[in-house]
Amino acid sequence: MKARFVLPLVLLVALAAFPLVAPLFGMEFYIGFVRRVLIMALAAASLNFILGFGGMVALGHAGFIGVGAYTVVAFADAGVMSAWVLWPMAALVAGLVAALIGTVALRTRGVYFIMTTLAFAQMLYFIAVSLRKYGGDDGYTLPARPELGLGIDLANESTFYWVVLVLVALALGWMHRATRSRFGHALMGIRDNETRMRALGYAVFRIQLVAFAIAGAVAGLAGALLAGGNGFISPGAMHWTQSATLVVMVVIGGLGRSWGGPVGAAVWLLLEEVLKQYSEYWHLPLGLLLIAVALWAPKGLAALSRKKKAVAA
Amino acid sequence: MTGILFLEQLLNGLGFGLMLFLLAAGLTLVFGIMDVLNLAHGSLFMSGAYVAAQAHQQSGSFVAAIALAVLVTVVVAALLEVLLMRQLYKRDHLAQVLATFGVILVADDIVKMIWGPSPVMAPTPAALSGPIEIIDGLPYPAYRLVILGAGVLVALALYLLVNHTRVGMRVRAGASDRPMAELMGVHVGRIFNGVFLLGAALAALAGALMGPIVAVQVGMGEQILIPALVVLVIGGIGSVRGAFVAALLVGLVDTIGRAFLPMLLRATLPPATAADLGPLFAEVAMYALMVVVLIFRPSGLFSARA
Repeated sequence: MKARFVLPLVLLVALAAFPLVAPLFGMEFYIGFVRRVLIMALAAASLNFILGFGGMVALGHAGFIGVGAYTVVAFADAGVMSAWVLWPMAALVAGLVAALIGTVALRTRGVYFIMTTLAFAQMLYFIAVSLRKYGGDDGYTLPARPELGLGIDLANESTFYWVVLVLVALALGWMHRATRSRFGHALMGIRDNETRMRALGYAVFRIQLVAFAIAGAVAGLAGALLAGGNGFISPGAMHWTQSATLVVMVVIGGLGRSWGGPVGAAVWLLLEEVLKQYSEYWHLPLGLLLIAVALWAPKGLAALSRKKKAVAA
Repeated sequence: MTGILFLEQLLNGLGFGLMLFLLAAGLTLVFGIMDVLNLAHGSLFMSGAYVAAQAHQQSGSFVAAIALAVLVTVVVAALLEVLLMRQLYKRDHLAQVLATFGVILVADDIVKMIWGPSPVMAPTPAALSGPIEIIDGLPYPAYRLVILGAGVLVALALYLLVNHTRVGMRVRAGASDRPMAELMGVHVGRIFNGVFLLGAALAALAGALMGPIVAVQVGMGEQILIPALVVLVIGGIGSVRGAFVAALLVGLVDTIGRAFLPMLLRATLPPATAADLGPLFAEVAMYALMVVVLIFRPSGLFSARA
């Protein structure tokens, strides 16, 4: 077996075994936590797809998570609980919203792009706040977990965890392949030199728009899983600081590195969880960490390991 | 009746717009000259509000409280500039977003350590707590008039400073074309330090003035930062005039939208739909304004680099 498959496979097996091992150490609580990390890893990876590989600094990604989550809410409120409807629809609706927003936002560049994506995410946030039918500011509690059929009971914590793990692994693998494809290389080419790619005849706007919509759709799926797992969603999940946190995760993990999103999400959420147990002032060390990363490790943690390899070679 | 209400909302909108201008003026110059996106600008606003509230309660003098708030915030900003901002000048926007978002997290926790997690009471000065009848049938809170007056004065002073002094000329030169200004012998780095501190002072002043009419609480900086950024983008980066026009525009659109859109919708739509849509349109108005402006003028209304 090729060496590059070993680590992901070991990780996958370890993650799959976690719900079986955790109860032995009285750590059932952490099954839900690891599930949340997996979902945020997916969301961060989808942002890395456009931010790291596409060079689009989008500061509104939490908006698409929200669109996915509220799509689930809308269907659940209408009595539809089948996961086969909820999850694809969440991805589809979020992807469509992203395509619409991208059509406008991708006409701008630099800080104007940052601000346009932020403005649209703010609009989505206020739409969620104004949806009184779905709880408005207070959020919405889902009546039950989605139903998958096939004899799979998602109400069981471990079962739901495994389903999430499979979905996240598949989606991550798919996005990883996309970055290695012709499309992915064109996307990176645009990031590195837009003018040259345009001169070579690439449809820059269309490629960026497709990438933006894909990232939105994957984030929507993450939102659907998040809402389904917690049984609750509120507009707070779409606040602009959440979008900033996603950017932070990607940069910490490593911009444009295939493991950047997942590494960043895991490191950030783990630190948050640990620090919360020691102090109510857990923002402060995280803030200092951010400043340190921005100053001294701008390429993220995933890049640190690669640097070592380069030195050894 | 509606005329009076409209006038009242107009004044509220102008007041909010002027406060946004105090914030955006610093942001736009810092961004225009050094290309630094400082998300922590809202934290300086918060610092001004907290220090002023505390000082006012203890000393009883509102003017002294404002002076102290500005002074403390400028010292904090000087520390921030020396310790962090200097390292960020040559970095990309992403690194700046990351580091200054880190500053927000740190600042919020420090404020929480000093003043606790619950909102702090910022009293209105006793002499200004009553209303004044501006015209017949329109009593308007005296304190809001003071905000309006202070905002106009500061805007005027800033206009004179930027447009009619030698220092202001150098600032504008740095904002529109930094390398060229440096070749012509302008010490852009030193000018920038001054501008950064001036921006901090204005943000603190806005915080101190706004304290009595908004909730002084952790997170207030993040809340006001986004409208300030919207102003920066609509006005065009690096342009104080643009920031002024955009700030008044955003202040008016936001306040008047909040007051009259629900009313307008109630007149044309079924009550239930209107009750849902009214607040939504009001909240979204300023962002929609920004998107529309950017579609027609991709670098804002008065970009200094156009």
